[in-house]
Amino acid sequence: MTNHIKVEFEAKECNVSLARLVAAGFIASLNPTLDEAEDVKVAVSEAVTNAIVHGYNKGEGVVYMEAFSYNGTVMLSVRDTGCGIEDIKRAKEPLFTTKPEEERSGLGFTVMESFMDSLHIESKLGEGTTITMTKRIGSRG
Amino acid sequence: MKRRTKERMKKLDVGFKTVDNALVIKIQGEIDSKSATHLRRKIDIEYDCANVRNMVFDLKDVSFMDSSGIGLIIGRYKRVSALGGVIKIKGANKTVRRIIELSGLGRIVKF
Repeated sequence: MTNHIKVEFEAKECNVSLARLVAAGFIASLNPTLDEAEDVKVAVSEAVTNAIVHGYNKGEGVVYMEAFSYNGTVMLSVRDTGCGIEDIKRAKEPLFTTKPEEERSGLGFTVMESFMDSLHIESKLGEGTTITMTKRIGSRG
Repeated sequence: MKRRTKERMKKLDVGFKTVDNALVIKIQGEIDSKSATHLRRKIDIEYDCANVRNMVFDLKDVSFMDSSGIGLIIGRYKRVSALGGVIKIKGANKTVRRIIELSGLGRIVKF
């Protein structure tokens, strides 16, 4: 069975928990283990936080989230039309952050990469960033 | 009835006590970017007033944490270690432990 949802919401930190709930609800039909559900929630939290804090620099904007499920796999994408990432390779380095004064850990992409099966980042300066992640659900067989 | 609804909607709670030269911080709920900002402020005020050197994070009742929690703890580590204190984390669940291990935080705090 395949499924698809599309949601958009204002780039506000209070909406990060909403995005987590939406993602967890979406994958529920794939019968995930508690660990799998937790992994997806953490990865979505990181991606949406990235859009709000880095993409829009906590200013106005809209976060676009899409989720697809197919053959027991979930694909999640989080898109912003904010400032974009100058150097994706550098941004992916563990502990790299452009906002040390805000006590950002610089672990967002490391966590997404580790908690999901794949991570793809597309970004253009001044145009925005799209993060796409996939994870196989139902590993208990 | 009204009160119960209010409590159910609450996503974060933090309690403090001092034990053996340490400020024990008991967090209940979810730690993400939004709640970390609030926690940082509250913890720093308590630590400044507590007249203790060390900090203990009790995460037993933390139901969710992303890397914002790591930023929060690293920030507190800088303050505590500047005064010669240490940070201890207890009660972290499996997911929280994974994030802590990924961050390398385990090398500078006890957990």
